[in-house]
Amino acid sequence: MASYTYAVARPFDPNQAAGLVGVDGAAIHLVRHQDLVAVVSPLAPADADEAALRARLQTLAELEAIARAHHRVVAAVAACTPTLPFRLATVHRTDDRVARLLRREYRRFRETLERLAGRVEVGVKIYVQHEGASAGAMSVAEKTGGSGSARVGRDYMRYRREQRDRRQYAWRCATTAAEQIDAVLAGLAVDRRQHRTQSAALSAAPGENVFNAAYLVDAGRAEELAARARRLGAENPDVTLEVTGPWPAYSFAGSEERT
Amino acid sequence: MMESDRMMEQGLWHGRQGASPNLADVLERVLDKGLIIAGDIKINLLDIELLTVKLRLLVASVDKAKAMGIDWWEHDPALSQPRARQLAAENARLRKRVEALETAAPESRR
Repeated sequence: MASYTYAVARPFDPNQAAGLVGVDGAAIHLVRHQDLVAVVSPLAPADADEAALRARLQTLAELEAIARAHHRVVAAVAACTPTLPFRLATVHRTDDRVARLLRREYRRFRETLERLAGRVEVGVKIYVQHEGASAGAMSVAEKTGGSGSARVGRDYMRYRREQRDRRQYAWRCATTAAEQIDAVLAGLAVDRRQHRTQSAALSAAPGENVFNAAYLVDAGRAEELAARARRLGAENPDVTLEVTGPWPAYSFAGSEERT
Repeated sequence: MMESDRMMEQGLWHGRQGASPNLADVLERVLDKGLIIAGDIKINLLDIELLTVKLRLLVASVDKAKAMGIDWWEHDPALSQPRARQLAAENARLRKRVEALETAAPESRR
């Protein structure tokens, strides 16, 4: 059996994770080394093969099931104890290899867990609304009353240009608003990471995503930061703001190259 | 258990209370964030990066894709590595071209 590894954490009462299942419904167990544990579940040998695992991750249904199982375990453990989340599909050949990893990276894991202890991640996404892409285009052309198609074409082109200018202006306003909001929120947070904006295609998003960030905050202040973010978003007519979380500190796990 | 811990388990801010977080947010975190362990791993980072690229190239929403029963990668050779890069590059080129056309078209017709 290969070992699917979700996270490294400070030891906690296993009863708190009783009944917790991970990828493929497999039961969770802990691999210990001194005052660290790795959270692991067995993965059938057939699935632990690289090609097989990759193939599974290439269908949306499988990817979603594995991603949600991974997140469920990480979130459940993070609710009990300081937790360092691993990336999806971190699979070791055996529990012995996992123990070896804990020995090898002991100091780094300890330091990171210290930094994350008692803290959660709050996600903030800021969107700009755009009017319907080309809904008004023909009506503008029709309103001109021109008979020639060249006239209609010119009007259409002018409309498209004006529309593009309006979009750019709205985008600039939203970006400026996002910078101001970010400055306030960063002041409430221990740390922050800016992420790539999400494509509208991926989420039922309320507009175009212009800002996407995560804030590391003391758990006791997460609600405060979220409320502040929502208020700032509500006060600003140029943007729509969405708060997600609280999350385990995925974005602050320390594997990111500072860009 | 602290109140914030309960919140984390239930994801209290993900839309409706008790709703699980949206798939895009989960994928962003588990595919793009979280600690990368080098070495004894069965899936290498390039694959994960490719998945991420592919996700970003998507033109159907996750919900729509699900409703239509589309497993997009299954019917799309783009996950093979050079092809994905090609697609991304081609996508960028086409966007530039469209922008250039939209900008140039009115003037050139005068």
